[in-house]
Amino acid sequence: MLALVSPIDTPYHRLPAGAKFGALSLVTLSLFLSNAVSVQLAAVIGVAALYLVVGMDFLRQGLQSLRPLWPFLVIVGIWHFLLGDPSEGAVVCLRLLAAVALANLVTMTTRLDDAIELVMKLLRPLRRLGVQTGQIAFAIALVIRFVPVMLDNARRLLESWRARSARRPGWQVIAPIFLVALDDATRVAESIRARADLSTYNDDDGQET
Amino acid sequence: MERNITLIALFAALIAVLGLIPKLTLISGIPITAQSLGIMLCGTVLGARRGALAVLLFLLLVALGLPLLAGGRGGLGVFAGPTVGFLVGWVVGAYVIGLLTSGLTSLPVGVAAGVASVIGGIVVLYIPGVIGMMVMLDMSVQKAFLSILPFIPGDLLKAVLAGAITATLARARPGVVASRPAG
Repeated sequence: MLALVSPIDTPYHRLPAGAKFGALSLVTLSLFLSNAVSVQLAAVIGVAALYLVVGMDFLRQGLQSLRPLWPFLVIVGIWHFLLGDPSEGAVVCLRLLAAVALANLVTMTTRLDDAIELVMKLLRPLRRLGVQTGQIAFAIALVIRFVPVMLDNARRLLESWRARSARRPGWQVIAPIFLVALDDATRVAESIRARADLSTYNDDDGQET
Repeated sequence: MERNITLIALFAALIAVLGLIPKLTLISGIPITAQSLGIMLCGTVLGARRGALAVLLFLLLVALGLPLLAGGRGGLGVFAGPTVGFLVGWVVGAYVIGLLTSGLTSLPVGVAAGVASVIGGIVVLYIPGVIGMMVMLDMSVQKAFLSILPFIPGDLLKAVLAGAITATLARARPGVVASRPAG
């Protein structure tokens, strides 16, 4: 399964995930606390510079990942302009642009393994409350394993629909997709039970078990 | 317990799959993305607790950087974007849908699931969704509400379909729908 991590190697890839995540949270929070155009504009320029330092290709990738955001920016920009409040609109648009672009930057430069490790570290305090964090790690691994399998199953069902009908696949195909998954779930649960005892499954690194 | 974890993980994977397959056609030929239908089905089939956990697990994987949202979106950026409220609403919505599907025992399972999906998947979902848009885009309530209005007819249809699919699943695999034990 394709991750959103950029294939272009950047210095940011080598920064610890925790530091990147912490910096992102701090910057995002301060962007939302500030209402000055200058601050938001500086943030956008700063984030663009972070992309540009790596190279044009990387900046282009960053712009591509912002595509879903443009319609919102255009609508909000026009809305505030019509209200006669362009500076307010600029603050909202620049803030969103900076916050989303920076968040994308963290995602593009943090490998999945590092991200999972960070989440498990952050969840560790929950163990005191009786949450079995090892099971969360196990569930994450299960989903990553099963998305391609289920996607394959779904594609096969869609193909057999196309083989029978000239019309595009309709919503009726969803029930069989779920039925196959439910049957799989029964078998998978049985084989997990046969191999491991999840109630004592504690952590992937086994340090604090 | 193994079964619960497996079901939660597999339904999280199903939400992803429904966003990744090509758009399906609705009754009249309108293409729909089935991802929000997947959220509703998490609630109707798995029940409140497991359904909400499946959605939460799905969102965790999106945050970790997997492109599992419809259209191949994902990463931390979507949580800093204007639609973040709807992601929060998915979790709450799935929980409420689960509660209502098991609570409305006097109704046939398909009808209960459909009603639950309208309330949990539209009314409950849109509250955090609208709040999120108000905060992120600096909109008034009326403006935010107006901008989501065009999506309501499609969501109503999806709720009806969620009811129909839940009824099909309950018939094909008795006992599988959490709120309606076999028999």
